[in-house]
Amino acid sequence: MDYSTDLLNALVLITNYVLIPSISYGSQLALGAVGVTLVFGILRFANFAHGEMMAFGTMATIFITWWFQSMGVSMGVFPTALLALPFAILITTLLAVVIDRSIFSFYRTSKSPPVTFVVASVGVMFMLNGLVRILIGTDEIIFRDGQKFLIKAGAFKKMTGLSEGLALKQTQVLTFVLAVIAVMALFWFLQRTRTGKAMRAFSDNEDLALLSGINPERVVLVTWVIAASLATLAGVLYGLDKSFKPMVYFHLLLPIFAAAIVGGIGQPLGAILGGYVVAFSEITATYAFKKFIKYISHGDFAPEGLTQFLTTEYKFAVSFLILVLVLLVRPTGLLRGKVL
Amino acid sequence: MTNSKRATISFSIMALMLMIVGFGQSWNVALTIINLCLISAVMSMGLNMQWGYAGLFNAGVMASTAIGGLTAVLISYSPVTKAWSVGGTSLTATLISLLVTIIAGVLVWKKMPKGSKRSWSMTAVVLTGYGFMRFFYEQATSAIEAVDPAKTGFLGGLGLPILFSWLAGGVAAAGLAWLIGRIALGLRSDYFAIATLGISEIMISILKNEDWLSRGVKNVTGLERPVPYEVDLQQTEWFINMVHWIYGTAEDGSPASAAALREAMQLSAGVVVKLCYSALFIVVVLIILGLATRALNSPWGRMMRAIRDNETAASAMGKDIISRHRQVFIIGSAVIGISGAMLTTLDGQFTPGSYIPLRFTFLIWVMVIIGGSGNNLGAIIGAFITWFVWIEAEPASIWLVSNLDIFLAETSPLRLHLQEVAPHMRMILMGLILVLVLRFSPKGILPEKAPDHY
Repeated sequence: MDYSTDLLNALVLITNYVLIPSISYGSQLALGAVGVTLVFGILRFANFAHGEMMAFGTMATIFITWWFQSMGVSMGVFPTALLALPFAILITTLLAVVIDRSIFSFYRTSKSPPVTFVVASVGVMFMLNGLVRILIGTDEIIFRDGQKFLIKAGAFKKMTGLSEGLALKQTQVLTFVLAVIAVMALFWFLQRTRTGKAMRAFSDNEDLALLSGINPERVVLVTWVIAASLATLAGVLYGLDKSFKPMVYFHLLLPIFAAAIVGGIGQPLGAILGGYVVAFSEITATYAFKKFIKYISHGDFAPEGLTQFLTTEYKFAVSFLILVLVLLVRPTGLLRGKVL
Repeated sequence: MTNSKRATISFSIMALMLMIVGFGQSWNVALTIINLCLISAVMSMGLNMQWGYAGLFNAGVMASTAIGGLTAVLISYSPVTKAWSVGGTSLTATLISLLVTIIAGVLVWKKMPKGSKRSWSMTAVVLTGYGFMRFFYEQATSAIEAVDPAKTGFLGGLGLPILFSWLAGGVAAAGLAWLIGRIALGLRSDYFAIATLGISEIMISILKNEDWLSRGVKNVTGLERPVPYEVDLQQTEWFINMVHWIYGTAEDGSPASAAALREAMQLSAGVVVKLCYSALFIVVVLIILGLATRALNSPWGRMMRAIRDNETAASAMGKDIISRHRQVFIIGSAVIGISGAMLTTLDGQFTPGSYIPLRFTFLIWVMVIIGGSGNNLGAIIGAFITWFVWIEAEPASIWLVSNLDIFLAETSPLRLHLQEVAPHMRMILMGLILVLVLRFSPKGILPEKAPDHY
């Protein structure tokens, strides 16, 4: 075998195990982080209940998906969950608005310090956590249907004659495409529409925005609508890609916060960047480079161990290390968010 | 209503509730709840120092609890000599390479002029150091974990009395808090919360995966006890006499009365053991309560509250905000660390898998908030109420579901589902209590009271 084949194999290996998973996981984190960052920019607090909101949205999607499936409705090659998604987004949005009206709005009118909001969001986290578990239980649920793979590893090997396979799951492509659409729509909204501009103004300078006649309650309402929609989308995409487990969404909170802070809190674009940075670092740091080194050195050098920086269980540590590094070196985040 | 009146009333109601459980369910259950309430009280007093005195949002309570628990293992478990002999050298080598790397890194950072040359040397130092560490570390861990993995497979501890670990747990948690404080203090409250949450998650994944240290998810069981065992108790004379005295000596030799006596023996043994624990815990709670109250009413406590209420004004008065925050963060974490060691002692085992943030961080938050942040007695009553609800919500909701006869048939799927998920009712209940208290009585059951002698 000549060296160019080895290089190609190495490339395929990295694409299959690092690049593609990072892009889809990164998109999921980015969608979550945009929601966190918007809530932070407008309402000025870190919403600890965001992960549970994602879980709730995914749960709603699953129930509607089951209902559709029981009626024989499906989308052919696409997962039925996509059809259920708009309805679930509606439900989750409604929930977010109800929570805001019944819990958070009181502290807004009484001008409470941000930390009170955070404690209240911990209360919301408890309630949503219990609600999701009561409604759907704690078991792992796989609700993906339709076609699973776009490219299968075996078929790829046969097609190219390489010894490394490349698998591309439909959910991975869907995740990326939907994330791009959602983000484009969001930026169009923030940059072009009147309400979007009002939101940006409000985030930038609350007093000035109030002075120019922007209705704060409307801005807050729209923020929750967007945050809840993106949370549902992120949760469903994550659930489709892997599986639905209520407890997983709490653990996603940390990488999502990390992504939002790394990108510069209050900066939607930064949150997206942060999502990919966190996902890419997590997966790279926990990937075993053994085979890759073997290919790249043309078989001359084969490391004994797995050549893995960290074992997979330390994924959290990676997002956290990035978080700490950014906080120490560049506290405003990559894209100069609010200086806090 | 004055605070002392409120305190009397709320503690009386709590005592009444525990009595109801004692007479209604059983004294074993009531004492189990009381013991965990006492441990939770220590935890919430620790968090109350951080949040109530100083306004620090510590979302990493679990890290202190877990390191306290680990200390209990490391102090009390007898050393596994074989593991030390096979892995000790390479473990020492790992530590030495870690130290050398740190020293070299600090030297490079301090001595070299700023610029790309320094960055590259720094990277080289860190990578080389990491390579050495990894090499020795893998040797050490694979050797240690291979030693009788079904029983030990870890280094074991020092073999000292477990009560000593309560103190050591506090010290270990203080050390960890110092480290966390170096990284995270000085950040805005939300960032501080996220940073501490992250550190606590990392701490737990370390405990779950570093088998050589903590046996990981294989758990360490059979820890030594500071109180007598039930089995031994049933052989001792004074205990047998006591049971006879309580239940009367109406022993007519019939098998029925013998069986009844045996059952009474078992029950009383459990109760006595739990009472011993309670006595130990009450001593700890009283000592910490005394110290904490003194500290709160001292000039130091007033300074802390001043910093909490207005950082700018306090720093204008010449107070060093960050180092004061670090101080109170370390003290509070030490108290939580003590409670972690107490918890592991009570359980008699160390199970890293059981540490979840909802139970070990956010539940403690609920305790402090509903009890009354800034008030030590409030932290205690908050701990009692919260733990009581947390435990009793499950039987209560199961009882509710099983009384749905009127609406649901015995085998209806909805009813079965409800029975299965009834335990999660307590999550909703906790969230609801937290939100309601925060909204309608943000100062908690026993509000903070400024000392009289200003």
